[in-house]
Amino acid sequence: MFVLDIISSVLLVAGVFFGLSGAIGLFKFPDFFTRVHAASVTDSIAAILIISGLLLQTSFDLNTAKLIFIFFFLMITSPTASHALAKSARHGGLLSMAERKTSDNSNTQENQH
Amino acid sequence: MAVLIDLVLLAMLAITALRVIFLKDLFAVVMLFGIYSFLSALIFVSLDAVDVAFTEASVGAGISTVLMLGTLALTGRTEKENKHSSLLPFLVVVVTGAALVYGTLDMPPFGHPDNPVHEHVAPRYIEQSPKEVGLPNMVTSVLASYRGFDTLGETVVVFAAAIGVMSLLGIRRRSEDETPESGLKEHQVLRVVAKLLIPFVVLFALYVQFHGDFGPGGGFQAGVIAAAAFILYALVYGLPLAFQVIGPKFLQLLAPFGVLLYASVGLYSMFKGGLFLDYNTLASDPVAGQHYGIIIIELGVGITVFAVMLSIFYAFASQAERSNVQ
Repeated sequence: MFVLDIISSVLLVAGVFFGLSGAIGLFKFPDFFTRVHAASVTDSIAAILIISGLLLQTSFDLNTAKLIFIFFFLMITSPTASHALAKSARHGGLLSMAERKTSDNSNTQENQH
Repeated sequence: MAVLIDLVLLAMLAITALRVIFLKDLFAVVMLFGIYSFLSALIFVSLDAVDVAFTEASVGAGISTVLMLGTLALTGRTEKENKHSSLLPFLVVVVTGAALVYGTLDMPPFGHPDNPVHEHVAPRYIEQSPKEVGLPNMVTSVLASYRGFDTLGETVVVFAAAIGVMSLLGIRRRSEDETPESGLKEHQVLRVVAKLLIPFVVLFALYVQFHGDFGPGGGFQAGVIAAAAFILYALVYGLPLAFQVIGPKFLQLLAPFGVLLYASVGLYSMFKGGLFLDYNTLASDPVAGQHYGIIIIELGVGITVFAVMLSIFYAFASQAERSNVQ
């Protein structure tokens, strides 16, 4: 079981790394959409890695089934939440960085004419 | 290691509480309250109080956040500027805090085995409840059997909260000529995922309800989780459809039904010759009687909590929708 322990701890550490990088991205990235992107993508991979790491620690009993259920629901709900968040922001009229730049440029060009 | 985790969680709890005090944006404050509840749930888990953690996560972080957001929809999301001097309130807080800290000096040392809590009724619960009640989850034995009268009181309090909200707000049904412009029509993904998940949420609520004797859970958590499923439905598909699934009138019947179911178990046990809520008399075998009693009163708690939470949400949401229409 020694090999399994090593694989599981590598998976757990990798999961923690991705989770942490997502948190840093959430603070450092410049605007709303990049932040949501950072948080949601790393969240999913961190959940995959951490739950697979924990799965290797179980001895194929009820806990395994529970972890698989948690995995299944996280895979559905967490991307949905990010999608809903970003879509509501679009709906509310928030522009992405590229779009803001082009609209700024066209505004200044109109002013120059 | 456990001490380190506790310290980190407590520090995060304190930071969250301070942010809640100083933030003016109430939307962010509500979100921080949710985080606060999750942090306390984690602390309860690390204290091995899984049932309390479960309640804190489902009630504190789940339903209360939704209900507070519903309140914000009615009141607006920024705090009013406070023009009064805050010197007197500060003095009152300092004096009260000092008195409380002074009071803790006389308390027995934390975690000492000779403390009154560990000598009074706890040994009896731990030693006798497997024989007297026979449930693997001791928390449920204490909550539903030894302290059954307290839990009846709690259920009545939940019911009274519903009466308060109903008499203040009431549930307004829209008249037919107003076009229902509610629900998240644009969010196709949300609608599909909600449809996929809601059956599982209800199933999980039933599991928590009827597995509460054997694992963490019980009526309070189950009622809240079931209410959360229907609140999700109402949020995504709109109130008129939700009213067709479970109408406010039906909820007004369900809420007292749960309390009455609970109390009638007590009356029935008196009728059978025992004391109020003495489950031993419910069956010829006392332990089997305890099982029947606990399952029925947990069902009563679950029904009341479900109906109360959902009708409070209906009251807030229908008010908010009406003010949007005008």
